[in-house]
Amino acid sequence: MNENTIAAISTAQGQGGIGIIRISGNEAISTADKIFVSVSGKRLCDLEGYRAAYGKISENSEMIDEVVAIVYRAPYSYTGEDVVEICCHGGLFVTREVLRAAINAGAILAEPGEFTKRAFLNGKMDLSEAQAVMDIISAQSKQAARTALSQRTGALGKKVSDIKNRLVSTVGHLAAWADYPEEDIPEVSSTALLENILDVKASISKLVDEYSAGQAILHGIDTVIAGRPNVGKSTLMNLLSGFDKSIVTNIPGTTRDIVEETVIIGDVTLKLSDTAGIRDTENIVEKIGVDKTRERISSCSLILAVFDSSEELCEEDINLLESIEDTPSIAIINKTDLENKIDLKYIESKIKNIVKISAKTGEGKKELEDAIAEISGTKDFDPCAGIISTERQRSAAIKAISALEDAEQTLSFGFSFDAVTVCIEEAIDALLQLTGENVADAVVDDVFHSFCVGK
Amino acid sequence: MKTYQAGKFDIAVIGAGHAGIEAALAASRLGCSTLIFTINMDAVGNCPCNPSIGGTAKGHLVREIDALGGEMGKTADECFLQMRMLNRGKGPAVHSLRAQIDRLKYASVMKHKLELQDNLQLRQAEIVDIMQTEDEEYPWQITTQMGAEFLLKKVIIATGTYLGGRIFVGEVSYEGGPDGTFAATKFGQSLRNLGLPLRRFKTGTPARVLRSSIDFSELDEQHGDEPPEPFSFETENMGDNKVVCHISWTNENTKNIILENIHRSPLYGGMIEGIGPRYCPSLEDKIMRFPDKERHQLFIEPCGENTEEMYLQGMSSSLPEEVQLKFYHTIKGLQNAVVMRPAYAIEYDCVDPLSMWATLEFKDFKGLYGAGQFNGSSGYEEAAAQGLVAGINAALAVKGKEPLILERSGSYIGTLIDDLITKGANEPYRMMTSRSEYRLVLRQDNADKRLTPIGREIGLVTNERWERFTLKQKLIEEELERINHTTLTLTETLNNILVSRETSPVSTGISLADLLRRPQISYKDLESVDVSRPQLPKSVFEQAEIEIKYAGYIKKQLDRVEQVQRMQEKELPADIDYKEITGLRLEAQEKLNKIKPRNIAQASRISGVSPADISVLVIWITSNRHKKGGEC
Repeated sequence: MNENTIAAISTAQGQGGIGIIRISGNEAISTADKIFVSVSGKRLCDLEGYRAAYGKISENSEMIDEVVAIVYRAPYSYTGEDVVEICCHGGLFVTREVLRAAINAGAILAEPGEFTKRAFLNGKMDLSEAQAVMDIISAQSKQAARTALSQRTGALGKKVSDIKNRLVSTVGHLAAWADYPEEDIPEVSSTALLENILDVKASISKLVDEYSAGQAILHGIDTVIAGRPNVGKSTLMNLLSGFDKSIVTNIPGTTRDIVEETVIIGDVTLKLSDTAGIRDTENIVEKIGVDKTRERISSCSLILAVFDSSEELCEEDINLLESIEDTPSIAIINKTDLENKIDLKYIESKIKNIVKISAKTGEGKKELEDAIAEISGTKDFDPCAGIISTERQRSAAIKAISALEDAEQTLSFGFSFDAVTVCIEEAIDALLQLTGENVADAVVDDVFHSFCVGK
Repeated sequence: MKTYQAGKFDIAVIGAGHAGIEAALAASRLGCSTLIFTINMDAVGNCPCNPSIGGTAKGHLVREIDALGGEMGKTADECFLQMRMLNRGKGPAVHSLRAQIDRLKYASVMKHKLELQDNLQLRQAEIVDIMQTEDEEYPWQITTQMGAEFLLKKVIIATGTYLGGRIFVGEVSYEGGPDGTFAATKFGQSLRNLGLPLRRFKTGTPARVLRSSIDFSELDEQHGDEPPEPFSFETENMGDNKVVCHISWTNENTKNIILENIHRSPLYGGMIEGIGPRYCPSLEDKIMRFPDKERHQLFIEPCGENTEEMYLQGMSSSLPEEVQLKFYHTIKGLQNAVVMRPAYAIEYDCVDPLSMWATLEFKDFKGLYGAGQFNGSSGYEEAAAQGLVAGINAALAVKGKEPLILERSGSYIGTLIDDLITKGANEPYRMMTSRSEYRLVLRQDNADKRLTPIGREIGLVTNERWERFTLKQKLIEEELERINHTTLTLTETLNNILVSRETSPVSTGISLADLLRRPQISYKDLESVDVSRPQLPKSVFEQAEIEIKYAGYIKKQLDRVEQVQRMQEKELPADIDYKEITGLRLEAQEKLNKIKPRNIAQASRISGVSPADISVLVIWITSNRHKKGGEC
């Protein structure tokens, strides 16, 4: 019943002797064959079930690790599907690289509990084991429910919601106009309607463009360096880049104010962006920069907040601390080589992780590295906040785009608005698969919220 | 109180408004001995609010009621004063028929139909008590205020706004039903004792004014369609429109008077506890909620042919009578209006519809059904639709047959009931086209195609009607077939037509279907070039045209229907205790235990049930199947 082939790291994340990457699904063996070369020269698809082969995983003829691959043939596997388990060296970096290769070869990142769910649905478990599966799913949904409450994990939800609300208000207007023909509801102009559709379509396309299965694994954890001007953000950026010479990219930011670099610190890959300082300003140009920074802060996965220990906390510092309270953050107390004037207690009351460094002398580098490893290894840490990170999310977004294309075409052909509405609602429906509301309710509520209707 | 045994019947319907009438007619037509009670014999089929039937989405409901074998559409056709198809030009999904009707005639025609109906007795009585008996065959007993005790197999409650009715006009407030009738005061307590979850809702109606006191000279007129189109698929001769309506607007003065007196409104003064509908707001509500809106529209509608009472649509209010007079007199045309009946608000008891199955039977009370405003809806058409379903189901249950459950993917009636029993009603529920996610499929023009086969199966569609229906469907199929296989040759006439309709000319012959898919081209436009076209009634070619023109969009919606049907096949037994399914979140357990959805599709529509909960339910169903398989 599951057509997708899925992959995930099946051993505990973090340091360990070995790591196992499990691939399951109809295409599991052929997917593994794309990245695995055995010493004997035998392909995995030629192996019977319960056989292992020794060889290496490589991508673009570059070796990632030496591994043992075990083949399980359906239905004699954990999930009841064809499965390949790749046993490689332990540690976050290697296991993620192997997983990344599997994903690039066509596997889809498994959602938590998905192997077990498949095992159950394929009749591999009895009732008591099934209970356990339900518990897993439930725990996951509890976590999702809890995290959805905090601003930070709502990052993707918020983006999708904003997009969705634009469509809902459009459909709401069309609904009011159709359901209350005798009220003086303003006419819907097809030009405005088209503009709205194109605008929303562009926003969703942007989300999809950012997608890549296992984004964080491929490109690193979306990390923002924040702080007011002159606290040493740039020095820190250079220092971190210097940890490892393997700077992968040097992408000019989407605005002049944000510079992005990808760095590897220990086992963790960070996609670092340097931002403009946050402060309230009347200057329009500067305000745009600050708004961008705020947006980045609300959508990133990790924040490195930099403070100058040689100065007292100012209003901008406090604003920053308040705006990042709900996001995984590390407070970096820079300039420890100078006299200490900062109120550390106040910072501690807002952010748990504090590291003191001197970006200038390099003192505290190791502590920072440890802090980053620790925070990114914790269970609740979501390296994919604010971006589309699963296939399910991506296919919903693609469906929304295609429905909006239909809406655009319907409109340009000159069809009546009820046909256009059908297409827009299809798009909303797809977006609601991400947020879990009901489309008709959303529209009806909007009608009453925005229009004075009724006899 | 001294009581007496008054007899045994299959079914009793309490209330003879729009819900009760359809329930009683359906039950008796299906062969059940049926009683219908009204608190006042002259209030049967009364229209205490607007003198009209239909309107957006409500017109769909009337056509669906008719297609299933109900009465509302036919009677509205018999009593119509003016017919309009609303939303022409906005697309076939939202076309809606509305009739201005003669309200006294409507009531008397309906009453007469009840009187003439076999198996049905119409009685004037206030029901004061209901109780369960030990008798397995007749598990219900109801008692009238005169002490008559009836034993029944099934009881349908359709009390409308009468149950615990209370009228509000400014500071004046008293017990009462609509239009100066008595309220049913004791029955509510009896239902509470039984254990029904009752709550208070409110609604309101505008003033009626004397026609000769209105100055129509400067008001815009609103005319009916020519020729008027009937609601009923069986009505053949409609005759002509008989009246015009007029349009006027409120102004700054109206607004000021209302704002100055808002503290005297029972709603804003805190005297009304009931929840009113957002879509049927009083004028003071509109002004308070949308303070920036400069003016509000009103329609002046005649109440009948033999009366000078005029209804002021859009101007309902519960302000004191003197304030009403003041603000009505600010409106153009109404400067000297004589108010014959003041506007009022009415607060009443109704039940939480989450306590019902889709059959409209109470989950905890076998044999007891509810319909209409009692279930938390609003509107004559919504009431009639539920009455029909409750009446049919009570009768089917008496006969030991499978119940009728209409899916939301098949009808607005199904959508209405599903919304009520799955989402509940936090305010009086009104039907709207935007409530249906399948509205391009659930059109008013094809209500017969969707529902007459179901009505036939139940037994409410006569042989003669069935033959006409099947002939019509055959003609539609044949015409679709012909359109899909006809190619029009390239002629100057054809291209002239295309160009005159602002669409591109063709350079070769073109299929008729492709031409009709152009939104700019109508079936009628091509009459002169479509030489093989047979003579067909409008109802036939109109449906063929819509099916062709909107084929792509209809398919989109049918795909959705199919997806939902797969979820509907995953059934959830009624006796599950969701507390015992580990993995469901507490909120989901509680909601599921209360609503007891029939299947996964309905479960997924419950607010507070997340996709993860649905996964858990699917796993639970699958594992139950494994378990049962093991036992076999």
